[in-house]
Amino acid sequence: MKILSQQKAPIMEALNKYKKMRVVPFDVPGHKRGRGNEELTAFLGENCMTVDVNSMKPLDNLIHPVSVIREAEDLAAEAFGAKHAFFMVNGTTSAVQAMVMTACKAGEKIIMPRNVHRSAINALILSGAVPVYVNPGVNKELGIPLGMAVADVEKAILENPDAKAILINNPTYYGICSNMQAITDLAHRHGMLVLVDEAHGTHFYFSDELPASAMSVGADMASVSMHKSGGSLTQSSLLLINNEVSEGYTRQIINLTQTTSGSYLLLSSLDISRKNLALNGQEIFRKVGQMAQYTRDEINKIGGYYAFSEELRNGDTIYDFDTTKLSVHTLEIGLAGVEVYDILRDEYDIQIEFGDIGNILAYISVGDRRLDLERLVSALAEIKRRYSQDKSGLFDHEYINPQVVYTPQKAFYALKETLPINDSAGRIASEFVMAYPPGIPILAPGERITPEILQYIQYCKDKGSFMTGTEDSKIEHINVLKEAEK
Amino acid sequence: MNFWFVENHSPNVKFSMRVIEHLYTGKSEFQKIDVLQTAEFGRVLTLDGYVMVTEKDEFIYHDMITHVPMATNPDIKKILVIGAGDGGTVRELTKYDRIEHIDMVEIDEMVVDVCKEFIPQTASKLDDPRVHLHFEDGLKFVRSHENEYDLIIVDSTDPFGPGEGLFTREFYGNCYKALKEDGILVNQHESPFYEEDALGMQRAHKRITGFFPVCKVYQVHIPTYPSGHWLFGFASKKFDPINDLNADAWNQLGLQTKYYNTDIHVGSFALPNYVKEQLEDVE
Ligand SMILES: Cc1ncc(COP(=O)(O)O)c(C=O)c1O
Repeated sequence: MKILSQQKAPIMEALNKYKKMRVVPFDVPGHKRGRGNEELTAFLGENCMTVDVNSMKPLDNLIHPVSVIREAEDLAAEAFGAKHAFFMVNGTTSAVQAMVMTACKAGEKIIMPRNVHRSAINALILSGAVPVYVNPGVNKELGIPLGMAVADVEKAILENPDAKAILINNPTYYGICSNMQAITDLAHRHGMLVLVDEAHGTHFYFSDELPASAMSVGADMASVSMHKSGGSLTQSSLLLINNEVSEGYTRQIINLTQTTSGSYLLLSSLDISRKNLALNGQEIFRKVGQMAQYTRDEINKIGGYYAFSEELRNGDTIYDFDTTKLSVHTLEIGLAGVEVYDILRDEYDIQIEFGDIGNILAYISVGDRRLDLERLVSALAEIKRRYSQDKSGLFDHEYINPQVVYTPQKAFYALKETLPINDSAGRIASEFVMAYPPGIPILAPGERITPEILQYIQYCKDKGSFMTGTEDSKIEHINVLKEAEK
Repeated sequence: MNFWFVENHSPNVKFSMRVIEHLYTGKSEFQKIDVLQTAEFGRVLTLDGYVMVTEKDEFIYHDMITHVPMATNPDIKKILVIGAGDGGTVRELTKYDRIEHIDMVEIDEMVVDVCKEFIPQTASKLDDPRVHLHFEDGLKFVRSHENEYDLIIVDSTDPFGPGEGLFTREFYGNCYKALKEDGILVNQHESPFYEEDALGMQRAHKRITGFFPVCKVYQVHIPTYPSGHWLFGFASKKFDPINDLNADAWNQLGLQTKYYNTDIHVGSFALPNYVKEQLEDVE
């Protein structure tokens, strides 16, 4: 067996070697190391352009890796404790879709919480798999969806013994984790695969102080956004597999939709970031955790805001909490999260990750400087001083239990008609409505539209959330199933 | 030996001083700190290669950042000074017997230590019992103070590097909150001359005018700063720096100053047209 060294970065090393060979390029890309596109080269830099190259023997090939990409994937698998790691170049979206499509064929069931990212439900449209939704718990005070209760998962499993897989968020956008070990063991006892969306959980693999990672509890597949907390380039991601999941079959599924021109900028960024995490991850995330905790304490000192953390743990729907996340509840100062989000950007030149109805999320990473944290805290103190108001009239969001009438695929491809969104109550949606970020659907294809949902959508619009999902880019109309289809 | 210190005053302009001896070099958590013995300007403190203070011209800066507000409101007793690690601002303030309390907040303790050792001309009064030193981020310090100070002086470095936070809207808003209802804010306001400095100057003015009913700008001539043409901001909740100036009262104090007098106090608020226009553009 080959001995792996996490010091190595095989893709980067191969690219460096290739550059030195000064090969004459009569292949794509046509910019030919940047020479054919001066403006782009001036903008991105020559270094960047010279490694924007095509798959070739010395650099391996993403659709069937046998040399340096293979080696880099093996190193990543070792670093993450997986059987195999696939380098992904179309975001965690592509990893989530590959998980679902590997686990389920058309008509097969998959158990999942409703507060999944759009990519998971999109996977159902593509594959024809049938969702069985588990109601995530909701924290009433904060108005955020939580993890899944183990008892609810068990109930769903017993009611749907034919389900093939269960999908779990680890953690949610807000940093909340379900009881991964218990759910994984439960699913395995019933012969179901455990798929984990770890878009926000890369750092769990590199810290003893953070919640359990999917691979560590024996889950079968995980989608890991290296480009979020892992430091790689936007759009690069990892798909991890474990246990009996077949590497070859998973690769076939990935190749159904994956480009045949995988970007070496993205691939090398995964390689280099994996090396950095493997060598320095513990130290990096200890620092990030400290910065987040400092900022949380300072925000809580302001009063009114509630920067929440581990104290929320309840042994079940909030089994664990990711303390590197800085989520802040804003309703007590009389402002919706999205309003604070907008004021921070427009008046204070501070861009945070997202604001929803009741909360904001600021993303803390190793790239943050102390003085920027001070700016964030001071700006929040100022926003409270200048804008806080009576909180009555603010919506406290309840989880709206979806009424699923058709599978997402059937509804999406059904005969449909377009209605003004406010006249659509009672009809069945053929498309999504969501606020982005966080990109968790308010309405998904196949679900019945209710007055309560319409009221919530209107409220999100009024507060300035960025809405998306419908064919109509203004979200004034919605596609619903033709009555005859009902 | 032909040994010259060089600073870029703009991307296309250099300023240079002959150095006799490099007295100190060190790196703190925040910045690189150097002290030079120069032929013309005496001892010079630089941070990250930018001149902060020279023995020859520091009096201009320190006179004007302190005596203008002090002469405008004779009742100032409690003061917050932010930045000012060289001690020159505090030295001027301690000339007033009526001042009871000065909080000085400097993020970088090493700057103070180095100045105490190498530039006693400015750092000499940091041990005055009325002076309370706090080594922390100025933005953080003001956050927790409310309705407390008669005067806040922002003696900051430039709007990049560790002083960045002191040019932000959240900082000025927090200063407003920390001041009493007749409080005054005076700040180092950059220069109108070179483009980059002028942008920083306009940004600061825009942000301050968002909070204070009275917002004036006054000018000084500082030979070692880029272009030599430098500005201070005077913002207050009540006092007008010219109408409320009580020149007799200040003159009766009999303070020794090398640059400031009550005529130049008034005159420094007269601005060239191009500066007026820059300010009006953002008001
Ligand atoms: C929970 C979750 N899953 C999946 C994704 C998709 O990741 P990507 O944007 O890399 O495709 C996201 C992105 O925001 C996410 O939040």
